[in-house]
Amino acid sequence: MNRELFLHGIRQAIASSPGLRARSALPERPQPPAYGEGRIGQFTGRLEAHACTWEEIETLDALPGRVLAWLDERRIERRLAVAPPLGGLPWPEGVHHHSAPAGIDESVAVSLAFAGIAESGSLAMYSGPDSPITHNFVPEFHLIAIRAEDVCDSQEGVWAKLRARGDMPRALNLIAGPSRTGDVEQTIQLGAHGPRQVHVLLVRAKGGKS
Amino acid sequence: MKPLRGTFDSRSAKALADPSLQQALRNFKPLFVAKRAAAVAELPDFERLRDTAAAIKDAVLSELDVWLERYAEKVESLGGKVHFARDAAEAREIIREICRKAGARTVCKGKSMVSEEIGLNEALEEDGYRVVETDLGEYIIQLAKEPPSHIIAPAIHKTREQVADLFEKNHPGRPREESVAGLVNEARHALRERFFESDVGITGGNFLIAETGTSVIVTNEGNGDLTQTLSRVHVVTSGIERVLPTLDDLSVFLRLLARSATGQDTECYTTLSSGPKRPGDPDGPEEYHVVLVDNGRSKMLSGRFRDMLRCIRCGACMNHCPVYGAVGGHAYGWVYPGPMGSILTPLFNGLAENYDLPNACTLNGRCQAVCPVRIPLTELIRTMRNEQVKAGLMPASQRRMMAAWGWVARQPGLYRALERLGSRMLRLRAGRSGALSSLPGASAWTDARDLPAPQGPTFIDQWNARGGDQ
Ligand code: SF4
Repeated sequence: MNRELFLHGIRQAIASSPGLRARSALPERPQPPAYGEGRIGQFTGRLEAHACTWEEIETLDALPGRVLAWLDERRIERRLAVAPPLGGLPWPEGVHHHSAPAGIDESVAVSLAFAGIAESGSLAMYSGPDSPITHNFVPEFHLIAIRAEDVCDSQEGVWAKLRARGDMPRALNLIAGPSRTGDVEQTIQLGAHGPRQVHVLLVRAKGGKS
Repeated sequence: MKPLRGTFDSRSAKALADPSLQQALRNFKPLFVAKRAAAVAELPDFERLRDTAAAIKDAVLSELDVWLERYAEKVESLGGKVHFARDAAEAREIIREICRKAGARTVCKGKSMVSEEIGLNEALEEDGYRVVETDLGEYIIQLAKEPPSHIIAPAIHKTREQVADLFEKNHPGRPREESVAGLVNEARHALRERFFESDVGITGGNFLIAETGTSVIVTNEGNGDLTQTLSRVHVVTSGIERVLPTLDDLSVFLRLLARSATGQDTECYTTLSSGPKRPGDPDGPEEYHVVLVDNGRSKMLSGRFRDMLRCIRCGACMNHCPVYGAVGGHAYGWVYPGPMGSILTPLFNGLAENYDLPNACTLNGRCQAVCPVRIPLTELIRTMRNEQVKAGLMPASQRRMMAAWGWVARQPGLYRALERLGSRMLRLRAGRSGALSSLPGASAWTDARDLPAPQGPTFIDQWNARGGDQ
């Protein structure tokens, strides 16, 4: 149906309720939570609550070594989809990695989050050339690096970061733990369609200072 | 979906006699209620958030045209296309046309109540598309050829054995799985290929953000994301009432939704989608369509049921409803069960055809005590009964009984005399046990439990004996 006609119907419905249009003032919203010094502790606490594992690393340069150690401990093959900004890190010889979208058999992805949310322990992934969306959902194991300074108190902090950038990505994915379902007898089972495990690498600061 | 056959009465009788359904209902109920209570207790601002959410929705509804226009303009500035569907038939036609133009074969679907409401699957299957529901619960009931029985947990009525039977029948060549982990894994493998062959991916839209031209879905499985990312065309179906002004308003609702629905602090995946794939994007859909469905909503906007448009489809009302807990979702006969369905179904499908729904309610008020957007559900159910009576839909026998009672109630002397007589007769009949195990005309009660006989004088006699209202 034509947009004008459609909206006209809604306009008429509003007009037929006397006084309705005057009630359009938006309310004040409660303040989002703020954690001060406890921000990172809140973040990692929520990660654990959502069945993520996590570790701290000093700088991004330490990432390849820690990622490979995590995979080796679990006997997972060293075949990785790596986000383009992390592809240039010092990956050892013989490690097979690519930055194309994830294929149907992709088992591991390593990504860099745009932001974190302390309130809910979520990672915000900003889709685009630096962050393929399929890396977030297709592989079984998802390792996500996040700079400690990018962890916001709440979602509202992420919205502010987006507004400062001036755009929205095609997809902004907020991820809180591995995929799960309760659809068979309300028993929570991890690894429904997306990753079975999510491991977070919290990068202390740019250049290694704390 | 087409309304189920029968009446609420006949469908509930069937539900009460179904032992595996009764088992499933016994399992689910305490879980949802306790989890929600715990999640709510952890958030001190919860009650204020409910007030705020209700106020945001009311403000948006009072200028819905303005917000929808802003939203649509923003989506189109990002290269998306917004379609306007006045009713279910128009919505189906729009989506059929999108699939036709895309030359689609496989259509994957994330969970979407609106697509159930408009009967989309049947239409697409008729056109010869392979339609695949990808939410595990929806997938199970699609295999079982049944409608959902809960808006959040559509296969809540199925036991593990029943799921195992369905999978064994539908996944030839795979050994039978019995465990929950095994069944979930089997579905994961079965659906993987479907995601990668999908041409059109259809999801719902929990929220639409005018500020950014964004549609939002929340899931735990990640199926909605695989659906919309791997398909060449992404179609969002959404009711017109889902629009919100800004991302900050969205945060208010996200804090309420997961806690009310499943007792989680957040669902696993919250996805904000804005337009199609951009230049340089390695993945994502090439086309992005939003189908805004009215289907009777603008009529609700001007009437006595406007509050119902605040609903965010969280399911808390049915989780806390004793009637839903006894008979499950199929008894309600259509897409929307429980208290919210008792209002929505008559509005969408007719007051007369769904006479039973608003009347199958004890008005206990638990639903509105938990509704995150403070919809006065019991009041709306009472209003619905009112409308039914005004429309002359109350059965003649009931009308005669009400008239007789009304006449007696207006004769205080007669009313009290009859009350005393009735109370004495019940006491006599009950004898020393003080309870009646059978009573002519009240077997529906006494078949399942004893009726306690009135003890001593009537309320009014006691009241007067204690000095009345002086
Ligand atoms: S009526 Fe309220 S409680 Fe029920 S589904 Fe809608 S928002 Fe949730």
